Amino acid sequence: MPKFAAGNSRRNGIKDHVELKGKAYIAGAYEHPTRKAPDKSCAQLHAEVALGALRDAGLSHLDVDGYFCAGDAPGLGPLSLCDYLGLRVRHLDSTDTGGSAPLAHVAHAAQAITAGKCRVALITLAGVPRSQPAVHAYGVRSGANTPEAEFEGPYNLANPAAYALAARRHMHEFSTTPAQLAWIKVAASVHAQYNPNAMLRAPVTVEEVLASPLVADPLHKLDCCVVSDGGGALLVVAPEVMRSLARPPIRVRGAGESPKGTLAGDVDLTFTGAAWSGRAAFEEAAVTPSDIDYASIYDSFTITVLLQLEDLGFCAKGQGGRFVADGGLIAGTGRLPVNTDGGGLCNNHPSNRGGMTKAIEAVRQLRGEAHPAVQVKDCRLALVSAIGGNLATRHGAATLILERA
Amino acid sequence: MSASATPSAPLIAPENREFWQAAAAGRLLLRYCLACARPHWYPRAICPRCFAAHTEWRPASGSGLLYSYTVVNGVPPVIPAYVQLQEGVTLLSWLVHCDPAQVRIGMPVSATFVNSAQGQAVPVFQPAADRHT
Repeated sequence: MPKFAAGNSRRNGIKDHVELKGKAYIAGAYEHPTRKAPDKSCAQLHAEVALGALRDAGLSHLDVDGYFCAGDAPGLGPLSLCDYLGLRVRHLDSTDTGGSAPLAHVAHAAQAITAGKCRVALITLAGVPRSQPAVHAYGVRSGANTPEAEFEGPYNLANPAAYALAARRHMHEFSTTPAQLAWIKVAASVHAQYNPNAMLRAPVTVEEVLASPLVADPLHKLDCCVVSDGGGALLVVAPEVMRSLARPPIRVRGAGESPKGTLAGDVDLTFTGAAWSGRAAFEEAAVTPSDIDYASIYDSFTITVLLQLEDLGFCAKGQGGRFVADGGLIAGTGRLPVNTDGGGLCNNHPSNRGGMTKAIEAVRQLRGEAHPAVQVKDCRLALVSAIGGNLATRHGAATLILERA
Repeated sequence: MSASATPSAPLIAPENREFWQAAAAGRLLLRYCLACARPHWYPRAICPRCFAAHTEWRPASGSGLLYSYTVVNGVPPVIPAYVQLQEGVTLLSWLVHCDPAQVRIGMPVSATFVNSAQGQAVPVFQPAADRHT
């Protein structure tokens, strides 16, 4: 029976606040090993990652009673995929905040489980932008009827150029350097050498990043993430389900989500929505940045990481360059181990959406199942942060704080 | 100076026809809220700051400062930029008629217009001290 009555939430409903802490667990996680899948459909990849996560958890598709997916799902999203997968569920959520959506889904799954709406929530993400770009593009919403498209579309702002606008402004205000940004890529590459599935496994130097072609000044080619096919899946389950499984219990201790746009014209590219979602997640988890053992930080571009680290409070605003420099993000020797799978910069950015793989590597770290060369010793508390959409226009920030229970 | 790149045609919504008609006549408009007496960008029928339903078009100065920019190399090179208008709002646009090596954050810029391939005038900005009309 549902533990909490549905439909009684109130606007500004502090009275109805329900803490996530201790109410839901990540029991299954699976990252598809492919990075190039010309012979697979998008739906097929969703099914393969679902199967992988179910096997990881020791659950069956018949156990799944909640399903979560975002805009990477083909057709009519959850309807097409529930039909394709043969799922019979009683709870659906297709919140789409771009690449951060899987983190929002984890939070929403925890809320739904706490509300008694489901007990086993499956979250999938998959896509084929690398080998089937036309198929991928067909599934992305068109600009027609999009309110901002009228005033931004004429300028054909490509993603690297948008993130370059933020990087340039940060450099102007805080004297951040291209070499400091390059260290973010270096750390990812150092980690990726231990990941046999990573797209780019060769360690690179700051000099090599700076010598790579300028894509959108001041961002170089090696400041940009990979484009990969593939996907991943997570299973979020109720406490009684977790207790029946053999996997380590990874508790959803805190979560936050927040959109940030152009603020009615008060544009400020020096911070992301992670400043807001992070605060909410830390408050709910009742921990601080210094308590975090490992962090997965969305890395569509190097600047994306730097801004989030500041916004989440790992360093002061403007100090991100110094924080990441000189191997600051390298496991074992740095200030904070970040993206030990190689991240989107080197490992995987399936469907042009990096949130799923960020959550999966955090689960590996908390389980003690990361590669031994990058495993954080006694990893108890991990943070996962993502901003989906576009850093320089509008994006959806989501933050999770996960705990090895 | 090299020729400007060609912007894509905007998909014009009914509520913004007047903005694009003014652009075709070489005038930049801003949408103001009559309740909070401030402009916002991009234009909306209901104020995104205070949610008042009374908003109207007013002429903009077209003068502003470069908030940020990037250079995308090509032929011709394109300089996407955010410009903070004198009226306070910051908008996405292009910087044109400008040597990429001479661009500086904070430089004064002024509005001008470049036609899309379909002939719709689209607002862009050029260095204020170096007008090309």
